[in-house]
Amino acid sequence: MAFKLTYKPYGERAILIEWPQVIDTAILIDILDFKDKIRISSIKSIIELKSTYSSLLIIYNEYVINFKDEIASIDKIYSSNKIVVKNKAVLWYIPVCYEAVFGLDLELISKDNNITTRDIIEHHSNAIYTVYFIGFLPGFLYLGGLDESLNIPRKATPRLHVKKGSVAIGGNQTGVYPNESPGGWNIIGNTPINFFDISKEQPCFANPGDQIKFYPINLKAYQDIKTLVEASVYQLESEVNHD
Amino acid sequence: MINVLKSGFHSIIQDFGRMGYQEFGVPYSGVMDRKAASFANALLGNDEETAVLEMTMTGGFFQFYTKTYIAISGADMSPMLNNQPIQINKLIAVNSNDILSFGKLNTGFRSYLAVLGGFKTESVLGSKSMYQNITKRFKVLKNDDLFYDEASILTDLKHASVRFDTSYLNSKYLEVFKGPEFDLLSDNQKTKLLSHSFTISKNNNRMAYQLDEAVQNDLKPIITSAVLPGTVQLTPSGNLIILMRDCQTTGGYPRIFHLKENSINVLAQKYTGQSIEFKLQ
Repeated sequence: MAFKLTYKPYGERAILIEWPQVIDTAILIDILDFKDKIRISSIKSIIELKSTYSSLLIIYNEYVINFKDEIASIDKIYSSNKIVVKNKAVLWYIPVCYEAVFGLDLELISKDNNITTRDIIEHHSNAIYTVYFIGFLPGFLYLGGLDESLNIPRKATPRLHVKKGSVAIGGNQTGVYPNESPGGWNIIGNTPINFFDISKEQPCFANPGDQIKFYPINLKAYQDIKTLVEASVYQLESEVNHD
Repeated sequence: MINVLKSGFHSIIQDFGRMGYQEFGVPYSGVMDRKAASFANALLGNDEETAVLEMTMTGGFFQFYTKTYIAISGADMSPMLNNQPIQINKLIAVNSNDILSFGKLNTGFRSYLAVLGGFKTESVLGSKSMYQNITKRFKVLKNDDLFYDEASILTDLKHASVRFDTSYLNSKYLEVFKGPEFDLLSDNQKTKLLSHSFTISKNNNRMAYQLDEAVQNDLKPIITSAVLPGTVQLTPSGNLIILMRDCQTTGGYPRIFHLKENSINVLAQKYTGQSIEFKLQ
């Protein structure tokens, strides 16, 4: 699908490409397609391609002398019929312990949204989420697809310390804190899985376009998996998505 | 090897940063003032992006255990070698057991110590820049040992007399380009932003510099999009945030300006209470 794109210079060595400003999987697919086409064009001066919900930032390792010409040649790539060999989207299964010791805000959500704790867990773990991009913190996935019954505003005052692995909800988004950090989202559980591992060549296992499904585990299973993760022997369950 | 006797307020090893990992949410990091760090490296014949020690506000006390050459650039923190004042922006020979110390801050805010060949500290994802949850160490602490290669006598001193233009340390102007959301600003907002000076707030660090004065604002947050060091954000409450080297990779506030690269160096040398003005390119 071809969208009407806008191109803007961003500082001295970057170009921002914008899609219609909405969160939509059709736009995500188009962005990732364009990103791949640029990548296989191997333009030497490009050092980084960074995609978000509805934009793609091209970062160069040198000053862009003539933005007009550069934008014209990038736009040609968009309309070209280059065939991209795609990495298949992967569906990742992520174990989450939703027990009270981790789910610090389950009761609050239950009260504010008039929903039982059991239903929160069920709705959260039944959905299949789409990875739009990684940002905010190393390994923090921006996920789309949260059930509307779980939509709850961010906390007015963020917590100073949110535990590594915390699974949380902020507005209509859900996510996992890859490391301990301050954070204003409502915490419903914790996963023993590492979302960011610098010892790996690709430090975060997921890519934009992949999917995530959470599944509930009890505290015992949580501890068992954590032990395996810490010994670097745990294998994440996943399947390739054949659409 | 250098042994850290005192670390100073915030001392950290930095090179030019971690490139190519933004799509995994990894910040660039890197020296706040590239101009000063490059110059210190150039005096030694190092590549400009070689890892240096960045000291903020106050410098430390360092004992050298191997002879080498050093250069200090950026802020003038009254450096002394064995209690004798030494010059900044000059190549200096250091012997075993020499003690380098820093005193009063005269100009600027961040000072750079470069050693011949650079520091041989931990490299993660292609960079020695320290950053929490990426490198094991994210700060230089008392009693740390910082390693470098022992130097043979330098024969080629051609860089030794190059002059460093320090006028940028006192400049109050930040040259900016329009940011992606600039055109959404009202004429009143533009006038206010471009004809007033702003004060650096106490919230200033390697991640961002916030400004004290607010600008009346009813621009809504944007759908989370890309940001870079040098991006100027306008929050719903009208506060201005200038993102710096350790900034996150994405953000949801309107991006109204983007600093010219040299203006990031200018701002890196500013501290709480100083004022700046934006100059649109």
